[in-house]
Amino acid sequence: MAAVTAPTPPSTTPPSTSTPALRLDGVAYAYPGGRQVLYGVDLEVAAGERVAVLGPNGAGKTTLMLHLNGVLRPGAGTVEVAGLPVVEANLREIRRRVGIVFQDPDDQLFMSTVRDDVAFGPANLGLTGDALAARVERSLDAVGMAHLADGPPHHLSGGEARRVALATVLAMQPDVLVLDEPSSHLDPLARSELAAVLQGLDTTLVVVTHDLPYALQLCPRSVLLDGGVVVADGPTADLLADTDLLRAHRLELPYGFDPRSLSRRTASTPASPSSAGGPR
Amino acid sequence: MGAGHLAPLSVPGPSPVHAAAPHVKVVATLLFVVAVVCTPRQQVWAFAVHAALLAAVAVLARVPARALLPRLVVEVPFLAFALFLPFVARGERVEALGLVSVSVDGSWAAWNILAKGVLGLTASLLLVATTPADDLLRGLEKLGVPSVVTAIAGSMLRYLGVIGGQMRRMQVARISRGHDPRWIWQARAVASTVGALFVRSYERGERVHLAMVSRGYTGSMPVLRPLPPATAAGWAAALSLPVVAALTTAGAAGWLP
Repeated sequence: MAAVTAPTPPSTTPPSTSTPALRLDGVAYAYPGGRQVLYGVDLEVAAGERVAVLGPNGAGKTTLMLHLNGVLRPGAGTVEVAGLPVVEANLREIRRRVGIVFQDPDDQLFMSTVRDDVAFGPANLGLTGDALAARVERSLDAVGMAHLADGPPHHLSGGEARRVALATVLAMQPDVLVLDEPSSHLDPLARSELAAVLQGLDTTLVVVTHDLPYALQLCPRSVLLDGGVVVADGPTADLLADTDLLRAHRLELPYGFDPRSLSRRTASTPASPSSAGGPR
Repeated sequence: MGAGHLAPLSVPGPSPVHAAAPHVKVVATLLFVVAVVCTPRQQVWAFAVHAALLAAVAVLARVPARALLPRLVVEVPFLAFALFLPFVARGERVEALGLVSVSVDGSWAAWNILAKGVLGLTASLLLVATTPADDLLRGLEKLGVPSVVTAIAGSMLRYLGVIGGQMRRMQVARISRGHDPRWIWQARAVASTVGALFVRSYERGERVHLAMVSRGYTGSMPVLRPLPPATAAGWAAALSLPVVAALTTAGAAGWLP
């Protein structure tokens, strides 16, 4: 499984004094049954950065994601969110700072109306009354779903449900937004509508996906995860142009997608300041 | 939480019945049903009084009969059983309509099931029609039902549709592969579908819990809207229903001097 071909690049932090939004240091994890999924993940994400975590099925993407808000705790290594270590005592604050949008909106939307569902998170944080109502309104506006606030979540279409799920997390006003396979099961239009919403946000963004064009559209930097370690880290366009690297890790650009067009895009896409090391 | 599938049962309105505190209504309904169940089966007039009481509540709440009657269909399996009783029960028999001989005791037993079933169900339907499911669950919580039980009931309401949809898709997939169960020994595939559905629902439960924890859930649902307050007048008004019903029952049973 651990087909680690490319060496892990050296730490890619720019010489900056600001604390990274996320910092993972040698994170290893084995599920209670004994199946080890993560074998020492090092990753830093600067505040305001947009990073895609790419990888084939079973690479450990979802497991890694669940470490970011302390749902899973590493067996070895440390996770820090804006300098705050992910430990029991900080969990409440960590979960406010890191919002996760899960893959299946049906798992995320469990209240009887869209409005109540969006209110669930901030109400858990202690918001009440007008402040709560205003927060709900703003979050639904941000995803363009305010007109469906009083409907039940199970009447939403796939794209609407995904956007409402995003609103439920935005309502927590997270510093870091983590999305698990945001484009799965969406039709092309819903997909691009969601991308437009995401591009309009100014939070730190981590997109866990194997939808490579979506990663390119949303995130200047990508991290390739396979066999429970980071095997490549660099500008998304560079990673996607490296056909051999992709093939070695069971990834492939969609049919008709020309990797040569990526280098031209690289020129126009300003590389993220913290994405120093290339894929090899 | 999770009222979606009770939505068709609810008949919103501005009536005082709707405005009453949910836990008050739950108590009143429960006591009313107890009074109905205690009514001696041969005192037909007492059942008429109970029915009139429910009719009065329905009129006050402006719940139309066409919203209630179709829901009474749930009772049909029980009534089908009751319909057998006059023919199979032992004891004294009489000729009904000059055609068949029926048991007197069995006929009373059937009437008993029919009358009490319809009255009890109608009372519950009125409660559900005038109380949103969320409020109902919170009312139960207020009456001392553990919040973990109401949370489970709420999730069940919310996910009934999701799991039902999953079941239908699995069924379609089974039929699409030529499965056409006609005999009991062909039920194996159906049974394993149910098993798979259980495992999937269990896993979904875990994922929902993860999503809740990720949004700061620590074991109790946040209160998003205040419940209607329970005033002394509200209690008095709501309890007048079971009190009248109880007096009727007591009168019918000969407990009153």
